[in-house]
Amino acid sequence: MLNSLTGAVELGLMYALMALGVYITFRILDFPDLTVDASFTTGGAIAAVMITNGYQPWLSTLMAFIGGLAAGACTGLLHTKGRINGLLSGILMMIALYSINLRILGKPNVSLIGEDTLFSSIASETLLYIIVLAIFVLVFKFLLDGFLHTDLGLSLRATGDNARMIRSFGANTDRTKIVGISLSNGLVALSGALIAQDGGFADVNMGIGMIVIGLASVIIGEAIIGHRTVLLATLAAVFGSIVYRIVIALALRADFLHLETSDLKLITAIIVIVALVIPTIQRSVKQKKFARKRSAELAAGAAARKGGRS
Amino acid sequence: MLDIQNVTKLFNPGTVDEKVALVDIQLQLKPGDFVTVIGSNGAGKSTLMNIISGVMKPDLGDVRIENASVVGISESNRSRWIGRVFQDPMAGTAPNMTIEENLAMAYLRGKPRGLGWGVSAVRRKLFREQLSKLGIGLENRLKAKVGLLSGGERQALSLLMATFTQPRILLLDEHTAALDPARAELITKLTDSIVREMKLTTLMVTHNMEQAIRLGNRLIMMDKGRIILDIPESRKKDLSVAQLLGEFEQISGSKLADDRVVLG
Repeated sequence: MLNSLTGAVELGLMYALMALGVYITFRILDFPDLTVDASFTTGGAIAAVMITNGYQPWLSTLMAFIGGLAAGACTGLLHTKGRINGLLSGILMMIALYSINLRILGKPNVSLIGEDTLFSSIASETLLYIIVLAIFVLVFKFLLDGFLHTDLGLSLRATGDNARMIRSFGANTDRTKIVGISLSNGLVALSGALIAQDGGFADVNMGIGMIVIGLASVIIGEAIIGHRTVLLATLAAVFGSIVYRIVIALALRADFLHLETSDLKLITAIIVIVALVIPTIQRSVKQKKFARKRSAELAAGAAARKGGRS
Repeated sequence: MLDIQNVTKLFNPGTVDEKVALVDIQLQLKPGDFVTVIGSNGAGKSTLMNIISGVMKPDLGDVRIENASVVGISESNRSRWIGRVFQDPMAGTAPNMTIEENLAMAYLRGKPRGLGWGVSAVRRKLFREQLSKLGIGLENRLKAKVGLLSGGERQALSLLMATFTQPRILLLDEHTAALDPARAELITKLTDSIVREMKLTTLMVTHNMEQAIRLGNRLIMMDKGRIILDIPESRKKDLSVAQLLGEFEQISGSKLADDRVVLG
């Protein structure tokens, strides 16, 4: 039991970088970017192939990050300069990357068993591994926080908040979108590189469903921590990713549910659907209640005036 | 300062919906001019604003700022010289960002945006000073999200953001129209004092006749894509709303039709 929990925390931390990436596109830019499903694999593939070819793990991981940046930049260019609908440009890049990922890997699955990886020297010491991963992730979280408070970061945030306004002050929103989508996919690919090194293989299908897992992490985190400031929102994405992994681990261990690993994607989709639908229902219920209360007040007021006159 | 030469703009040219928005518009503003613009629905006031700011390109004619043609320059690049406040209080600010963050973005009007810290201590001090000039207490709410402000507060902030970097030209597009009378009056007063103090070359579209007469040093009236009346400061001082409406009817041959017109 404890084993599966610490395992979940480790995975949660590694996937947290992917959740931070999804946070940038989904929450800041308001752009549902499906590139994520393939750029995650791109990151894993680059890291795995470079490591098996004898490159340093840190260099391989860095190149995975850069590969993700490039993939994201392509999606951004398709969307802004090519004027292709946001969802479609993500889908197009996802399909294109599938072939590219196979080219990088050379075969559908590359094993890293027996290779030295970024954290292979400490991966067996659970507590140390978790601490190192946490520091690694928090460094990226704080770098992202800092970036989002720079002049460029502010215009990136304003692009999702009020594009017309930031354009009227001379910022090029095409450029800020490309920067945002690129950075997002860089983080996603970095996460893929960590997962490949931790799991000991890179597979051409390892990224399927990542966008939904990323969304689930962001939404769960926001429900628990909130997103009042950027610092809280990024913390929520990290935390949400860990909670998501713990929930999944517990659900799989609960024998009475008769769940299989293959059911995970369905559960994830349901979590996201519920999380997206509940606020809408809440709002409409609230509005109806308020409208009823207010009409009652007005009716009472009218009756009082009428009574006063007679 | 601003020179609009023979500008003509058609919408949907060559179709059954063809509409002449502006016809051979000539308008010159000297540095420090504060011109108010009134006119009926569809007179071309907003189109004129959009052509000056670069949202639209004229079909014919030229727009020059400080003797340089700007027709080929995009909206975002033209913003270096042009500050603009829209009618909708939501349009000029980013609601999910704080007051100081909004000001920081406005502070870099037309400049490259790099990895420098957005709200530095030096900038924050400047923002506080500038906000206190508005006199509505926003200087104590630097970290409040703009979405929490009232329409009037947001419009005051938009006005400050559009002006405090001293753009060459200020465009005000019915910027008090969406506010209640008390708030509209506050924004009108702020506009007057800011434009005077900073000597901004300003073009203000309004549907409030009284405001159009009271503010600025020149008044132009538009109808069906043309400037039909251009009243200099000397005549404007003694003008009344009734006289203004009378002149309009005389020249255009119809009553001033603006569904939102405010006479006084």
